[in-house]
Amino acid sequence: MNRKATEPFVRIVKRDGLPLWHSWLIRLAALALALAVCAAVIFAIVRLNPLRVYGAMWQGAFGSAKRGWITLRDTMMLLCIGVGLAPAFKMRFWNIGAEGQILVGGLATAACMIYFGSAIPTWALLLLTFAVSAAAGAVWGVLPAFFKARYGTNETLFTLMMNYVAIQLTAFFVAKWENPFGSNTVGIINQTHKSGWFPAVFGQQYLLNALLVLALTVFVFIYLRYTKHGYETAVVGESERTARYIGIDVRRVIIRTMLLSGAICGLAGFTAVAGASHTISTSTAGGRGFTAIIVAWLARFNTFVMILTAALLVFLEKGAIQIATQYNLNDYASQMITGIILFFILGSEFFINYRLIFRGKKEAD
Amino acid sequence: MEGAEAAVRMRDITKTFGPIVANDRVWLDIFRGEILALLGENGSGKTTLMNMLSGIYYPDAGHIHVDGREVSIRSPRDAYKLGIGMIHQHFKLVDVLTAAENIILGMPGKGRLDLRAVGERIRRICSLYGFDVDPQRKVYDMSVSQKQTVEIVKVLFRGADILILDEPTAVLTPQETDRLFAVLRNMRDDGKAVVIITHKLYEVEELSDRVAILRRGQFVGDMPTKNTNAGEMTNMMVGRPVSLNIERPEPHSPKPRIVAEGLTVRDIDGVTKLSGLSFTANSGEILGIAGISGCGQKELLESIAGLQPVESGSIVYLDPESGEEIQLIGKDPRAISALGVALSFVPEDRLGMGLVGNMDLTDNMMLRSFRRGSSVFADRKAPKSLAERVVGELGVNTPGVDTPVRRLSGGNVQKVLVGREIASAPTVLMTAYAVRGLDINASYTIYDLINRQKEKGVAVIFVGEDLDVLLALCDRILVLCGGKLSGIVPGRGANKREVGMMMTRLGGEAEK
Repeated sequence: MNRKATEPFVRIVKRDGLPLWHSWLIRLAALALALAVCAAVIFAIVRLNPLRVYGAMWQGAFGSAKRGWITLRDTMMLLCIGVGLAPAFKMRFWNIGAEGQILVGGLATAACMIYFGSAIPTWALLLLTFAVSAAAGAVWGVLPAFFKARYGTNETLFTLMMNYVAIQLTAFFVAKWENPFGSNTVGIINQTHKSGWFPAVFGQQYLLNALLVLALTVFVFIYLRYTKHGYETAVVGESERTARYIGIDVRRVIIRTMLLSGAICGLAGFTAVAGASHTISTSTAGGRGFTAIIVAWLARFNTFVMILTAALLVFLEKGAIQIATQYNLNDYASQMITGIILFFILGSEFFINYRLIFRGKKEAD
Repeated sequence: MEGAEAAVRMRDITKTFGPIVANDRVWLDIFRGEILALLGENGSGKTTLMNMLSGIYYPDAGHIHVDGREVSIRSPRDAYKLGIGMIHQHFKLVDVLTAAENIILGMPGKGRLDLRAVGERIRRICSLYGFDVDPQRKVYDMSVSQKQTVEIVKVLFRGADILILDEPTAVLTPQETDRLFAVLRNMRDDGKAVVIITHKLYEVEELSDRVAILRRGQFVGDMPTKNTNAGEMTNMMVGRPVSLNIERPEPHSPKPRIVAEGLTVRDIDGVTKLSGLSFTANSGEILGIAGISGCGQKELLESIAGLQPVESGSIVYLDPESGEEIQLIGKDPRAISALGVALSFVPEDRLGMGLVGNMDLTDNMMLRSFRRGSSVFADRKAPKSLAERVVGELGVNTPGVDTPVRRLSGGNVQKVLVGREIASAPTVLMTAYAVRGLDINASYTIYDLINRQKEKGVAVIFVGEDLDVLLALCDRILVLCGGKLSGIVPGRGANKREVGMMMTRLGGEAEK
């Protein structure tokens, strides 16, 4: 009997202890493969030179100093949300309500700018908005946490629903603060005296955003990895029963962690309003609360790795917009490219954890 | 068995998981009309080897012959086609279905399901081998041993004539074990090949015709059981001579440490788990708790540890230094463990409580100690050296202290848990199933650790399932039956049959 014929065609074997460089090699290979597949798709559909398309994407993200700064600003915004999600996700609390937490943070910022804009100096106003927006986000985050801790409600649905409440609330205030009358927008707040705007640092308008977000990134990294609180969060996430068994107050940890998570997402709203758009609308969050979930997961909740993943996603977005306008393609073509690249990067995780053994191959390596 | 054709011949079977070699060129023959005991310590690769026969894993290298023909077993379905069936340690049954429904689940069939014919066939199998199964009974209504019977019938129903049982007696009372053994002998006499995986020597001696021994993934040897003895088997299993006596030092000056009175506990569904239980645990003494699984052992320990709300009764802790009487009921687990009451509960799923599977050894050691100090940062140095000490002292088989606990084998996980609890320097040490699934070597290490604690004046409460061990180790044995106190007997001179009887019936009146 032919043994080869009866062996399964392919087997999946778990890998253990893969060296770090090896796993990064696999990720790089995945990226290269993704670009190759994209090139084939681009050529097959629109008959364009793929290299020039990639060049255009690069142009879109870094083509000029201004574009570079905007890419940086948006990366920081996305990173901020991802960093905010990290503590919640580490606790296996599926906070998909970042969208709402950003909006209420932004609303709080806008309110402070509108009502105190001419009354107090900008530095005091910035401190005030910082605190108020963090508090607003924290409230939005802690509500679902409280109900989860107390009554065991499902946090996924709850946080999702809170998004819609936040959107309606924003719509209400946009109508209230309408300026000029009849425009149905808030317009640029404090356009003349720039009160409550992030000041330029070293002449760069968006440097303060970056510094604030990077500080948060470092803070959350240390909080999760080295503090007692962070340890408790991880234990609750891994096994609630074990946590209870060793006397961790699970309810308190859930509430505390979501206060932090919501507060950072609220601060993302703060940077979006005071540091970037200087206005507020129902699309201030613009789906980034959801995109940040990908950022956080791709980085395995490591906030430093999130810098990379956030940059990648923003780069893809900027590049997509550029090729859409430059080559008169519609948005879908560029979204396909983003989709293909994400597919390969996520798929590479499988090959990092498992390997395939094909029929007839012996375990030599 | 010379000359007879082997039902299964495994040759040079090798299986690795990452860097760990679970089976290294193992040879094994299984014959019909014979009960083979597969003996080995934890992590010696017994279950892995049998999983390859039942299609759960696929070997990296080697050959398997069934009835002289080389085969490739890619899935449990392939295994069933070859007549190989395995009864796993953790039952795979659907609770809300009846026995009959579970038995036919997943089997191919056409058109209408004729449950009556199925029931008929089940009854025939049962009467053939002496099983006791009601096909119409729902699984959630069944005791552990009945569930196991359903698993065995399930395998037989699929036409298996090579049966593999993975530590089948771990969850059974002595009486149930006897019944299982009788059934297995009937199957052997019917010409089936039976393999039981075990690390209990007396089971090997009582039941098996032949014994095959694995050590660290390698095949050490096999021989007819009647030609060997416990000493030789242990030596082959461990690789060096081991003494098989459990020591029991005399307790000196025992004083009451925990006094429980009229303890009554209900679970969330309002079912009474403990009723009116009163007992005293003394310092410097091991109090054994015997009972069929699920008779309130867990609730008893958890109510002392503050994890279980108590309906009525009192638990008083007498402080060894001040002599103060402290009521434990109403205190939270943290306050109780601060008094020095340590609980190491080894649940059936091992990782469910007490340890975090995805965290490494160091972080698991930290679970008890991380709150120490006023710094906001957690100290990882002390837990790391504790982890290293436990690994060294208990011989935990791990690549390092930064390996996630879930990658360790069951026995090693337990060593980590028990080692940590003992290291917390308790005044009361409660352990439940501390040696569940542990091999001889590791079990004796744990008995030793417990005895050292006893000599230090710690009050030990030891919930066990192996009566032989309870009788050999404990100073007094509290027997539970359905959440009630069936009696407290002195450990010295107690009779196994008598205790077994008390477990099944209050006070242990003679069987009618």
